[in-house]
Amino acid sequence: MAVETSVLTDTEDVATDATAPVAGKRKLLFLRNGKAITGLAILGFFAVLAVVGEWIAPYDPSAVSPDILQPPSGAHWFGTTHLGQDILSQVLVGTRGVLVVGLVAGVLATVIGVLIGVTAGFVGGAGDETLSALSNIFLVIPQLPLIILIAGQLPSAGGLTVAAVIAVTGWAWGARVLRAQTLSLRKRDFVEAARANGERTWRIVLAEILPNLTAIIAAGFVGTVTFAVLSQITLAFIGVTSVSEWNWGTILFWAQGNLALQRGAWWWFVPAGLCIALLGMALTLINFGIDEFVNPRLRSTGLHARTLRKRGIRPRIGFTPVVHEAKEDRS
Amino acid sequence: MSAVPVAPGRLTADPVLEIRNLSVDYGYDENPVHVLRQASLTLNRGEVLGLAGESGCGKSTLAYAATRLLPPPGLITGGQVLFHGRDGSTADILSMSDAELRASRWQDLAIVFQGAMNSLNPVFRVGRQIADAIRAHRPSVSQKEALERAADLLDMVGISPDRLRAYPHQLSGGMRQRVMIAMALALDPQVLIMDEPTTALDVVMQRQIVEQIAELRDRLGFSVIFITHDVSLLIEIADRIAIMYAGEIVEDATAQDVYRRPRHPYSNGLLHSFPPLRGPRRELGGIPGSPPDLARLPSGCPFRARCPFVFDACAHVQPELVAPDVPGDDPRRSVACLRHDPDRVAAAGFTPVPVPPELALR
Amino acid sequence: MRFFVRRGIFYVVTAWAAVTINFIIPRLMPGDPVKAIMAKSQGRLDSSAEAAIRTLFGLDEQKSIWQQYLDYWNLLLHGNLGVSFTYYPTPVAEMIRQTLPWTVGLVGVATVIAFVVGTLLGTGIGWRRGTWADSLLPISTFFSAVPYFWLGLVVIAIFSVNLGWFPSSGAYDRSMVPAFTPEFIGSVLYYGTLPALTIVVSSIAGWILGMRNMMVTVSSEDYVTVAQAKGLSERAVVFGYAARNAILPQISSFALSLGFIVGGTLIMEMVFSYPGIGFLLYNATTNHDYTLMQGCFLVITLSVLVANIVADFVYAALDPRTRQEG
Repeated sequence: MAVETSVLTDTEDVATDATAPVAGKRKLLFLRNGKAITGLAILGFFAVLAVVGEWIAPYDPSAVSPDILQPPSGAHWFGTTHLGQDILSQVLVGTRGVLVVGLVAGVLATVIGVLIGVTAGFVGGAGDETLSALSNIFLVIPQLPLIILIAGQLPSAGGLTVAAVIAVTGWAWGARVLRAQTLSLRKRDFVEAARANGERTWRIVLAEILPNLTAIIAAGFVGTVTFAVLSQITLAFIGVTSVSEWNWGTILFWAQGNLALQRGAWWWFVPAGLCIALLGMALTLINFGIDEFVNPRLRSTGLHARTLRKRGIRPRIGFTPVVHEAKEDRS
Repeated sequence: MSAVPVAPGRLTADPVLEIRNLSVDYGYDENPVHVLRQASLTLNRGEVLGLAGESGCGKSTLAYAATRLLPPPGLITGGQVLFHGRDGSTADILSMSDAELRASRWQDLAIVFQGAMNSLNPVFRVGRQIADAIRAHRPSVSQKEALERAADLLDMVGISPDRLRAYPHQLSGGMRQRVMIAMALALDPQVLIMDEPTTALDVVMQRQIVEQIAELRDRLGFSVIFITHDVSLLIEIADRIAIMYAGEIVEDATAQDVYRRPRHPYSNGLLHSFPPLRGPRRELGGIPGSPPDLARLPSGCPFRARCPFVFDACAHVQPELVAPDVPGDDPRRSVACLRHDPDRVAAAGFTPVPVPPELALR
Repeated sequence: MRFFVRRGIFYVVTAWAAVTINFIIPRLMPGDPVKAIMAKSQGRLDSSAEAAIRTLFGLDEQKSIWQQYLDYWNLLLHGNLGVSFTYYPTPVAEMIRQTLPWTVGLVGVATVIAFVVGTLLGTGIGWRRGTWADSLLPISTFFSAVPYFWLGLVVIAIFSVNLGWFPSSGAYDRSMVPAFTPEFIGSVLYYGTLPALTIVVSSIAGWILGMRNMMVTVSSEDYVTVAQAKGLSERAVVFGYAARNAILPQISSFALSLGFIVGGTLIMEMVFSYPGIGFLLYNATTNHDYTLMQGCFLVITLSVLVANIVADFVYAALDPRTRQEG
């Protein structure tokens, strides 16, 4: 309609508008998200522990003592193992291994995922078919057994090796999501415009596509870190990786191997498990924050639920709530 | 009096749907956007009422709020929507219980939605989708009978009944919109709301659909609220046109009156934004500026920033729908402009300014 | 048809990839695994066994890698997965054949229960937003963040060690002879309750959340509003229109995440010493029984592929668009 078109002054508006989603204002909005803040705070707490854990640990985590299988006390806050080792110290010292492996695996897998996903989405055609088939294959093959298979055959599986193995097997999900998003971005006006202007391909990808994928890459990264942390702990728990390197999984390995359950030594496996759960929750919360940031439909409902209950209205599809709150009717 | 011929049965005071002071907010928090403020509209039996305005002016919101189909975070904050049944009963849609509302829907009032592409459930055959509307209201009808009725309906809108077994993705855009119209007529409703039913279609298809609606209206006698931003289309098919601006109705008159004798500066601007279909040529021009941000509405008249006839009272006094201050006008038409409302301007302590000749055409 | 052809090709390629990965991994490992095996066997294996292992393992230096690959396929196609080192000379295929039914029973049933219940709960939460049901979300988030095996440990500590309601390990009463008698089936159900429950509790969160988000997305589609406008019953709108469409991506993601879930649930078998393929893989790993590990991995992958094919058929049955010609 003429009235609408008269509002648009020139075509440049469209291009600047389309790149607007990465503007700084929206980034701040992400930080206002309660879930994301809670998640980041918990993650920050563990990050501090990872750095200072070794120094604040009251005992050497491997040192044996005569206090065998003690429940939590003033001397041993989380109790002791069958060898009298201090479990709190084990948890503190083990934090670093967990976070480092998670981080390294997350970064590696994200790099692979971005390379494969964005390439597949951008080149299209046979290249796309091949790369997406590749990522689908890696999705369908059960990762954990594959990781066990690889790590179990390695002569020595230290932390970084495990991180590499996890990254090699766990990049596919991120690649798949990125490919879909790149595909839709490729058809947007501002990318078409850049192409028509004769911009180089690598410049279009770096300047136009990647900035708009930030949120999805971040979500993929957080997801991979979660997966890496769980996989690594699982591997340590079943004893595939080196049991002398302390991490939360190693604690559970010793607890399981020494019948902590049957002896009723709950303090042996509960702290490490809760730490895993807390870290996992923190990462999940961050991802929720990113999700709601990307898909406002998910956000609007959660945000308003409480205020709505207070006013006694329920948001429903197909039955718009009616409240008679408006000012007096006009004469 | 304007010399518009009044067809028998039309424009007589026999309202079928009365929307009174309907207000709608978007957002449940402390700072909702007031997208609809005290809008009132009356649809008479057998009439085609056009609802026009720029995108975002609240015309679709009005239709969805009146049927309580507005999705979250929409919230109806006040008003009444009175439906007058054939038997003379009157019910307020906004105060109905869920069960009453369900029973009334589609039976009294059916809707053809904007996006023909997404209005049909992609996983069911179209026959089933028409039949389940029938069966929901007439439980005694068997599935077979419902499908036979669906076949008749498809035939009525010019689709071969063997398409009953088609899935939506197997139909073209125009056919899907026809299926939607057939579905809307399944229970012989008294009111049909059509929200931009032709925007997604090509021009030829638009024409066919509009003619079909007009023909069906003449045959079945339902009333239509036709929502579009295409004023030229409305002038052809509507009996009466209501113009909306920034969540309010600013002018309400017969189609011919709106076309030949607009009384609101905004209607006047809209009419000058497309070439006339027939008759003498006139100067083309858009409306400068853009609609106000509904979250930060200015005081007084929402149109004043773009209005060529603005005067000092416009910034302070909110206009209300009144009969135009032009001698000889149809007394049933109304306009919300302070140029036509010297009493309100004077009451607020300002000096009234006369109606400019552009808004007083005879 | 095109859908099935495409998917068929994909599965063939994936199966080939799994077999090839299985073939390549031992050859990529540093050192000589057979020497390591011989050292670990502590004299249980003699030199003729070493030669056999070399052939099976494909570490015959005389043969070209291509010849080794063909031999490997030849063995596989005859159902030969080699012999276990730990239980020499029991064929790996035989050991897997004994454990697979237990896994399919436990993991299969528990996963299906988790999927169905989680999808139903997610439907409810996604549809009735802003009610008490929303508080289920943080709880399920917690359970999705906990590793499966740890939940298993806690469950054993509570229900088995402390309360003594359920056994903590095994699949049936050891004093019974496996047979299709009511007593034996009852015992299997009794022993399976705790591991199954743990699998359901820890995997259900993902389904709830996925379905909830899809319901939120689908609820704002026009056809759902049309369904309400038609005055259909709430039931018809939810199950016929909203959930009916929201479940489609849910099934796709079921297929895609099966690999992940199966990995987690296999660990559960280790915790509960459940005689399935996961426990077998665990034992193989701790004993460095490489042929057994390889066999387990291959069979697990192929099982997941079969489950994927089933999910594809379900999807095709539910979505008419995939059945379109052309």
